[in-house]
Amino acid sequence: MKLTLRVWRQRNADADGAMSTYEVDDISPDMSFLEMLDTLNEELILGGEDPVAFDHDCREGICGACSLVINGDAHGPERTTTCQLHMRSFKDGDIIDIEPWRASAFPVVKDLVVDRSAFDRIIQAGGYITAPTGAAPEAHATPVPKPDADFAFEHAECIGCGACVAACPNGAAMLFTSAKVNHLNVLPQGAPERETRVLDMVAQMDEEGFGGCTLTGECATACPKGIPLVSITGMNKEWLRATRRSGKR
Amino acid sequence: MTAEYADYATGKPIADTKAPSGPVNERWDTRRFEAKLVNPANRRKHTVIVVGTGLAGGSAGATLAEQGYHVVQFCYQDSPRRAHSIAAQGGINAAKNYRNDGDSIHRLFYDTVKGGDFRARESNVHRLAQISVEIIDQCVAQGVPFAREYGGLLDTRSFGGVQVSRTFYARGQTGQQLLLGAYQALSRQIAAGNIEMHPRTEMLDLIVVDGRARGIVARDLITGRIDTYFADAVVLASGGYGNVFYLSTNAMNSNATAIWRAHRRGAYFANPCFTQIHPTCIPRTGEHQSKLTLMSESLRNDGRIWVPKAQGDQRPANEIPEDERDYYLERIYPSFGNLVPRDIASRAAKNVCDEGRGVGPGGQNQRGGAEGSSVEGGGGRREGVYLDFADAIKRMGRKAVEAKYGNLFDMYQRITDEDPYEVPMRIYPAVHYTMGGLWVDYDLQTTIPGLFAIGEANFSDHGANRLGASALMQGLADGYFVLPSTINDYLARNPHHEQVTAEHPVVQEVLAETEDRLSLLLAVDGDRTPDSFHRELGELMWEFCGMARTETGLRKALERIPQIREEFWRRIKVPGTGEEFNQSLEKANRVVDYLELAELMCLDALHRAESCGGHFREESQTPDGEADRRDEEFSYAAAWEFTSTGSAPVLHKEDLVFEYVHPTQRSYA
Repeated sequence: MKLTLRVWRQRNADADGAMSTYEVDDISPDMSFLEMLDTLNEELILGGEDPVAFDHDCREGICGACSLVINGDAHGPERTTTCQLHMRSFKDGDIIDIEPWRASAFPVVKDLVVDRSAFDRIIQAGGYITAPTGAAPEAHATPVPKPDADFAFEHAECIGCGACVAACPNGAAMLFTSAKVNHLNVLPQGAPERETRVLDMVAQMDEEGFGGCTLTGECATACPKGIPLVSITGMNKEWLRATRRSGKR
Repeated sequence: MTAEYADYATGKPIADTKAPSGPVNERWDTRRFEAKLVNPANRRKHTVIVVGTGLAGGSAGATLAEQGYHVVQFCYQDSPRRAHSIAAQGGINAAKNYRNDGDSIHRLFYDTVKGGDFRARESNVHRLAQISVEIIDQCVAQGVPFAREYGGLLDTRSFGGVQVSRTFYARGQTGQQLLLGAYQALSRQIAAGNIEMHPRTEMLDLIVVDGRARGIVARDLITGRIDTYFADAVVLASGGYGNVFYLSTNAMNSNATAIWRAHRRGAYFANPCFTQIHPTCIPRTGEHQSKLTLMSESLRNDGRIWVPKAQGDQRPANEIPEDERDYYLERIYPSFGNLVPRDIASRAAKNVCDEGRGVGPGGQNQRGGAEGSSVEGGGGRREGVYLDFADAIKRMGRKAVEAKYGNLFDMYQRITDEDPYEVPMRIYPAVHYTMGGLWVDYDLQTTIPGLFAIGEANFSDHGANRLGASALMQGLADGYFVLPSTINDYLARNPHHEQVTAEHPVVQEVLAETEDRLSLLLAVDGDRTPDSFHRELGELMWEFCGMARTETGLRKALERIPQIREEFWRRIKVPGTGEEFNQSLEKANRVVDYLELAELMCLDALHRAESCGGHFREESQTPDGEADRRDEEFSYAAAWEFTSTGSAPVLHKEDLVFEYVHPTQRSYA
């Protein structure tokens, strides 16, 4: 396949960026999207040009590093991560726009690489269960009903890639935050910090400059791990409950 | 040149591993009791550097910070949550015996020593088995959502090389869930101000002052700034070195620089040739291939592995009748069947493909190979075997198969565009894990005082072959439980270090060396990319130091590697500057270290003229093609001491003593 790529190039956080156009040839449909970009970069290096910077690591769809907006969609046309997208999803002669995540809370580092440390700070605010090493009771001491365990797992699947934010017209981080709140709050182990967790995480989310949620649902559509939109409803319920209870205290 | 490198000297054997004597099941208690402690009030005065945030590094950083130490931690990823432990699929072993199926700490110990083909240290493995039960408790307390039964209790499954069901799992994403548990514990300590976290910062060298590890040189990958960081002890949790092979199941940026630089500064490197080739990976599709994807070993619980009986049978799988299929693992190893250990399953797959019975379009040697490649084309050899779920679907129903393996099937379909519910999966072995690593004593301390290595970065527990679901167990055992106890002893015995500062002449020297190396990479301005060299080296290693090794092949590789290295420094091209985000520079610098480490791997494989576990020397096999281990000559861990680039290293042997598990020829028949 022969393709035209229009790629966002930006030298660093402070520089202005612009779209640059490149042609790539001999692209196999079996290539992953990132392997196609590898091909472009090999050519750019040999031509003495700066290769396109992009985040990637496991290339198995689990580390959450890769983060491209392809033709306007976070992670491109299939519901998967960019690294698991294959060129068979495109046709010979296609023009493909490639941009970084766009959100004020995710500033561009270089080209297609953005800074997602705001996500780490949301987790630091309360996305954990306090269980110092060595203090744990026997694992079977507290059975967890299977539906609750499954519910926790489905939310724990979040890979922290940020596609939800990139897809949201408001740049909101509700789906990311709610996934962690739901994962931990449904478990008996997470109950003691249930209220502080949701209040602190939501406060941090707001502080980071993520937008407000208007339930457009774009986040859940873009999520490569299928975190459902009701996750947000669940978090709102937890937040209201916690606010009410903390108000009583 | 080559002859000189292979002409290594044998130095003093390693006499003391610091493992206490006494009954094996009491040694860990003894060590913990004998270890000196640091007064909790004094701990915050000690700084510990931890490099890496995977299962080992993440759990160690969190636990040390909980104990009160000041932790300075590094990862090259943009977030500690992305370390490659996250990609581990299948599960984590623990001798809980919840199934009442005859499991025990002793059986896990026994299975691991036997699975490692009697090349691991008994004291360490026993400790690992003991700690395994605590790990599950710890992770459940953190909220790791393990799979559960309807009664609310934890579910387990079986893995290769064992006959009990002791593997705890979270669908096909166990590594992800365990890592997020450690990451969350780490996050709590970062928020509490006990950990100074440096993401997107890569360790480039180790600072050793007065014979002790006192800090590291690291580069901020965003600004390019190279800085020095100081501590009272340094912990390397930087993972394995499987990416020497270019194609592996490792993450693209996993690399060997931290451990190799430590080796160059005096840490012995043990058993570098012990690499694990995982039997169930998706076959490669073409020259563009950048990495290989693993399909969890858990699939072998229900999938059946086969190839056609006839050579060159080109019919689609569904058209090959039952009696023309060879379920070769079930045939050769009737008692373990499809669940033989990884090394055995991999070699068997290679053998049937060597016989011309491979399936599918994949195969490395159908193409010309990388530029400058010294690997000859294999003339259309097909590399792939079937992993068939037709029987499982018939027996359990499609729904049950979906529930158990759904995400793996989806991943397979996305990559290959084939539906594994309809046609059998095609799989082929690929480099997955490295059992070798920095030599460590019972305390996980390397031969440099104050430098510790944990997780895949060390060599300790898996011998010549790692059993499935044991890597997660070892990473977390080291990080949560072993290191936090043993590092106390080191810090307590060395309480009053002289302050090291950036002005110290040794620090200045290490910093200057690092800066010079990067400047040189940028200055060559040649005509080959870092990737092209990496791929060339990888193909050479896969051919001659991969699943089967011969003296001739290894000597050929040892002759070729210095030539590639020489060419690298003449022709490498790295665009841009060092003072910016520069992924080509990062890559080139990692390839520099691969080009040295590869040589040591080949030498180690050459010197070990026996077959054991994942190390298969064709000259040393039984009449029926199984590994022929030679205990009289090779019952030792080979710890290599660095001399200088391209010069022969010095071999130090640590004799392995087996008091509890009597070495036998492994049999899974």
